[in-house]
Amino acid sequence: MSRREVLAPGGFGNNGAVTDEPLVLGIETSCDETGVGIVRGKTLLADAIASSVDEHVRFGGVVPEVASRAHLEAMVPTVERACAEAGVRLADVDAIAVTSGPGLTGALLVGVAAAKALTLALDRPLYGVNHLAAHVAVDQLEHGPLPQPCVALLVSGGHSSLLLVEDVSAGVHALGSTIDDAAGEAFDKVARLLGFPFPGGPHIDDSARSGDRAYVDFPRGLTSGRDMQRHRFDFSFSGLKTAVARWVEARERDGEPVPVADVAASFQEAVCDILTRKAIDACRTRGVEHLLIGGGVAANSRLRALAEDRAATAGIAVRVPRPELCTDNGAMVAALGAELVARGRAPSELDLAVNSSMSVTTVVA
Amino acid sequence: MLLLAFDTATPAVTAALHDGERVVAAATSVDARRHGELLAPAIATVLRDAGADRRDVTAIAVGVGPGPFTGLRVGLVTARTLAAALGVPVHGVCTLDAIAAAVSEPVELAVATDARRKEVYWARYRRHDASYHRVQGPAVSRPEDLARELTAALPVLGRGALLYADVLTHQPGPLDPDAAVLAEAVVRGEIELLAAEPLYLRRPDVSVPGPRKPAL
Ligand SMILES: [Zn+2]
Repeated sequence: MSRREVLAPGGFGNNGAVTDEPLVLGIETSCDETGVGIVRGKTLLADAIASSVDEHVRFGGVVPEVASRAHLEAMVPTVERACAEAGVRLADVDAIAVTSGPGLTGALLVGVAAAKALTLALDRPLYGVNHLAAHVAVDQLEHGPLPQPCVALLVSGGHSSLLLVEDVSAGVHALGSTIDDAAGEAFDKVARLLGFPFPGGPHIDDSARSGDRAYVDFPRGLTSGRDMQRHRFDFSFSGLKTAVARWVEARERDGEPVPVADVAASFQEAVCDILTRKAIDACRTRGVEHLLIGGGVAANSRLRALAEDRAATAGIAVRVPRPELCTDNGAMVAALGAELVARGRAPSELDLAVNSSMSVTTVVA
Repeated sequence: MLLLAFDTATPAVTAALHDGERVVAAATSVDARRHGELLAPAIATVLRDAGADRRDVTAIAVGVGPGPFTGLRVGLVTARTLAAALGVPVHGVCTLDAIAAAVSEPVELAVATDARRKEVYWARYRRHDASYHRVQGPAVSRPEDLARELTAALPVLGRGALLYADVLTHQPGPLDPDAAVLAEAVVRGEIELLAAEPLYLRRPDVSVPGPRKPAL
């Protein structure tokens, strides 16, 4: 008899009781946020976050060793804060979930070791889960059961992926991803070029509000000709970033002022155009009527507006979790963990390894 | 009492349980790249081998380095989280002190572990009242600089001394810490107790970006 048959339907709760509403604690440390979330089924109880982003500002990007040190210092206080916020004791928790990849190896290791310590101390099952699948599952906390199948567009400083989600607890199908920079990375680099501090996304968004989106017609990578055959659902932002840099440098060389708001708006338009065009194309091609957008870049106002416009025209419904659930957090890991428990999926072993390049087809490691 | 001790600041992943009378279980494996995978199973193993329940643990002792950061943090976050979840105190122990605690002679010695990048973590000890007392360090140095610092061919214990036996006087003995020795030293009060804070001894390896370079 397989593990699945033993447990399904519904996982094990306290006292071994089967439950569809498990109390799950989730830990996220794949980048610079130490996140600990607690959910009961699809209900969010706590979402505690400690960010080391301020320590990375002067370096213009996340420094792995600085992030890892910060995770160690923040871990226990953040777990305690989450329990206090949720009004639960650790002993009440039914299962522990943790991001085991993809992400920064040293950072992931801190979260996974902490999750294992909780597993040992509480004698509860451990789920090492995929960060990207967690970005998808988090929407259940805000909008209820995930419409499946759906297409998920995940965009952040670390990833840019188009996924086909038929069952988030069983496996996610990768349609495409970036072949060079992540979308958020392009935002950070262009922001630096325009004189904004790290992280650059919110500054570009703000500045672009007063700019002309059609001021410069920046290139849209992988959107035409042969590229569309080979990379229909892939992204490339490296050429765009270089085009912006060349344009700005040409202006500076000529001694002309750089129209920052117009450049920001034109760059942002190019990114959002590429992302939404490909996401809608993926929905249509796969006959999918639901588009989910997640990741830190989902907070971008132009991306949301353009996606909603184009989706409405195509008869596709868009779901975007609120910004604090879009960025990396522990609640998303807990949300996926709760889904796995409720669906009776087998937990991970205590010798669980981290995997910095975990494939999105792996939901539980 | 039941003390759970472990150390991950060297290639060894070592765990032990001490009941106040003696070490009741111990498990050690050596694999510099798999601390994160090996530590939790090692703790589960010593608990099972001792027939102990996790709730019987009354204190935790953890090696706080110095040592390679990634492995070191696995031990520290495990110790801190276990201690918080079990509601027991956590003590830090200098990993180099734990290696010295495994021998009883000579009267003066140094301990060196591999700090990578052609350097060693080290400390110098003098023995009195039946235990070693750290008189210098911990610090991180190039082996040739350490050799000059120690002078007079002072015996050096540990993997760092073996690795650089061409410049340091390697003292045969344990290469890495053993949690059983660490636990025994803590129970006997023969080792200095520290906060469970990592001894990194090096700043994070980062560079502040310079002025923007042209794209071409
Ligand atoms: Zn993310």
